[in-house]
Formats: sequence, C-alpha cells, structure tokens
Amino acid sequence: MTRDEIKLEVLDILSDIAPDEDLSQLKDEQSFREQMELDSMDFLDIVMELRKRHRIQIPEDDYVNLASMDSTVTYLEPLMKDIQRV
Amino acid sequence: MIRSASDDQRIVITGIGLTAPNGDNLADYRAALLAGKSGVEPYNIRYVGDTLAGVCHFNELKHQGRKDVRRGTRAGSISIYCAREAVADSGIDWEAIDRERVGVYIGLTEHGNVETENEVYEISQFNYDTKVWTHHHNPRTVANNPAGEITLNMGITGPHYTIGAACAAGNAGLIQGAQMLMLEECDFAIAGGVSESIRTFGIFAGFASQGALASNADPTKASRPFDRARNGIVVSEGGCIYTLERYSDATKRGAKIYGELVGWSMTSDATDFVLPNPTQQARCMNQALKRAGLNAEDVDIVSTHATATPSGDIQECIALRTVFGNSKRTHINNTKSFIGHAMGAAGSLELAGNLPSFQDNVCHATINVDDLDPECDLPGLVLNEPRETQGIEYILNNSFGMLGINSAVIIKRV
Repeated sequence: MTRDEIKLEVLDILSDIAPDEDLSQLKDEQSFREQMELDSMDFLDIVMELRKRHRIQIPEDDYVNLASMDSTVTYLEPLMKDIQRV
Repeated sequence: MIRSASDDQRIVITGIGLTAPNGDNLADYRAALLAGKSGVEPYNIRYVGDTLAGVCHFNELKHQGRKDVRRGTRAGSISIYCAREAVADSGIDWEAIDRERVGVYIGLTEHGNVETENEVYEISQFNYDTKVWTHHHNPRTVANNPAGEITLNMGITGPHYTIGAACAAGNAGLIQGAQMLMLEECDFAIAGGVSESIRTFGIFAGFASQGALASNADPTKASRPFDRARNGIVVSEGGCIYTLERYSDATKRGAKIYGELVGWSMTSDATDFVLPNPTQQARCMNQALKRAGLNAEDVDIVSTHATATPSGDIQECIALRTVFGNSKRTHINNTKSFIGHAMGAAGSLELAGNLPSFQDNVCHATINVDDLDPECDLPGLVLNEPRETQGIEYILNNSFGMLGINSAVIIKRV
C-alpha cells in the first residue's frame, strides 16, 4: 500500500470505531485525540482492526506511533508496503 | 404488613419504559394486547437456522450514539432505552435530581452468552487465534453490564447491579428496587428486567435439545400456553423498567401513580434444576398475599408465568387451582401468548401489560387457545378475547424460573 492507501485504510477503521465522528476535516498532523473523542479502548480497536484485517502485530511500546494520521501512516508504511488494499 | 405501612414505606410505580416484540411503549403494547396482536416472527440465528422469536424494533439511537451501541451490548441498549423512557414518563425533573441517590436494579435471566458466542465465532474465522479476541469482551460480559450501561448513559452515581434470577428476574428487579427504597439506600429506583437472549444460539439449541422450543407454521400461533397443541417456548428479547418512589415522595411532587407494590414473595423449590414445583409456587403466591394482607378472592387478575411447555403449564395450573380455585372474582391471563418468553424481561413486561387495566377495567386475554388443555382449565381463565370487568383493584404477577426460583408481586390500584 502507498501512504495514501494506508491513510484511506486508517480512515476506514476510524469510521467503524467512531461512527458518529465527522472525519472529513481530520488534520493529518494533529493528534486524533485532539480532534475526536477517542479513549484507550478505541486505540486498542485500531490495533485490533489492523491485526484482523492485515495480520499486523503492533507491540504495546509502539502504540505511541498511532497518535496522529501522519505518525500512524509513517509507522505503518514499512509494515504494509507489500499488502494490497482490497 | 405493607398495607399498614407509613407513606415513606409504601412503594409506588411512577414511570414505565418498555420495549416488547409488539410495542415500544406502554400505550402501543397495551393496544396490541387488547387487539390480540402477536409479536412473534420468523427468525434466523447462527448454527440453529430458521426458527421463531419475539424481536424488538425500538430505535437504539434514540438515546445512544452509534459508538456506544457498538461498544456496549444489546442488553445494555435495551436497558438504556427502557430506563430513559421510564424516567421521561415519570415526569421527574431529571436535571435537578440528586443522581447519587438513584439506584439501578435490573433483573437478568443470563448475561454474557451473546457476547462470548460472538467472540468464539469471530476467532473461529482466524483459526482460533485468541489474539483477535476483543478487549471489549470483559466489560460487555460482566454481570452488571446492563445496569452499568444505564448509569454511564444517564450519569447516575448511586448503586447499580443486576439480579440474576432466571425467568423470575423481572419481578426480582422490581422487588429489589422496592426494598432498597424502603431501606433508604436510594430515593429513586430504576428497576425491572431485560433480556437480549435471542442473540445467543445456545438458548434456542438448549430448549430444542430439551424438547421445549416452539414451532408452528404461523409464527403468531407459536406461543400458545394452556392449548393442547402447545409445543414449547418462543424465545423473545425485551425490557421493561419502572421508576419506583416512596408514596410520600411521589405524592409530594404530584406524580402520576400506576400502582403500589403491596405484596411480594420469592421462594425456592429445592427439588429440580428444571421441573417446577407447584407446592412451592403456591406457597410463593400465598406469601405475597399474606404480605399484602389479602385473600385470594381480593385479586382481580393473575398474570400467569406459563411458557407453553406441556408440563410447566400444568404445574402452574395446579398451583393456581390451589390458591385461586375458589375465587369467583379472579381473572387469569397470560401475556407470553402474545410476546413469547422474554426471559429476564418477562415478569416486568407481563406486569406492565396488565397495569392499564386499573384504568380501562379490561383484562387482556390469553390468545391462541383453540383447544384448551383440560388440565389447564382454570376458573377465571380469559381466553382469546379481552374481558370487561367491574373494576380492577389488585393484580398478582407470577414469574418462575429454572433451578426452582419462584416470584410473585401484587400491585394495588392507587
């Protein structure tokens, strides 16, 4: 997946986890938590969805990389470069 | 004796919120019961396949966001809907109430089976890799979940817990709420029963293995207590939650009062996991009458528990004949014939269906009795058509469950 495809994938996951949020105005460089009502269980949902959909295992120490869209995509890019977006 | 109690020891119903397979508020539900309208429909569930069930169609998003619905449980959503509707119906000033003094007491037949089955199925799609087992599992399956979801949704900081009481749970929740008000553990109780049981295949498969799952070509005819052709239980979901207050508090704020809890009893059979015990059921009803200071002939309506199993109906009828066999005044009906068996919600829903009779003086019927089983031929049985009465003063509501748990509550018109 390209960076743009990874972003689309993360947006898709976020729309499942936070279905009442408007994601159209989400700023890539700003943290998710500043822009959405997300708690620790929601972040675990992101980790779980990546695991289920793409078999990506994210160690707990790396959760910090999921703070914003930019940091998430940067973190996922090497892990998802060989995965095709369906 | 409750009837001689002081006004701050008298407990009254001031609000009702419910969802049943044939109505999502008391007015619609009552209208369906008087019109003979069943809520049973075709239903399909994983592994079991095509069957029948009572399905509720209330709008979950009326009182919850989509995220909270997704995170929580069906029982939680049913509870929130019913609790919010009951509080609105009570007319209490919810913004002004001291929420530290609100107690939440919800009866359940079971909880957690739905969520556990879903997760087991989910990991089966991943070769049983437990790493994809959801982190939401534990908060969804703790036994207090439905009551806890109410407190989260409504900002209640008083006590909350559920009462596990098999199919006597609806009455048990109501009794618990009354007792906590009498003990001054709270000043406003949100109490009743809920069930999400149609979302677990296990309950259908279990009743089928037991030879106790109803089937019928016409879903609306499937739940038929007291009829010779009855062949088992229609499993339903639902909820009915009451707001309870002390009579002194309710009258002080000018609340409308649906009725007063003047008697109740809970007993155990101590005889069998599944088979009912009519001696203990009769004792339960007699204890409730004694607490209320009543005789059997004072009761205008007995709302029966009968689930349409061949033996269970007969056993309850033996108990009813023992207690009410000589009463010329008592009408007997059954609400499961309309809505199926709503498990943890059954007791509270069946009571609610009868409460409007205090105003309209009509006893709704037991429908689907085309060929009355002679062993269920009780005096006062109201069959197929509602019956006008000379006035309703007292209703006794039975609810019994597995492991030999019996409950009866008596409500007085106020």
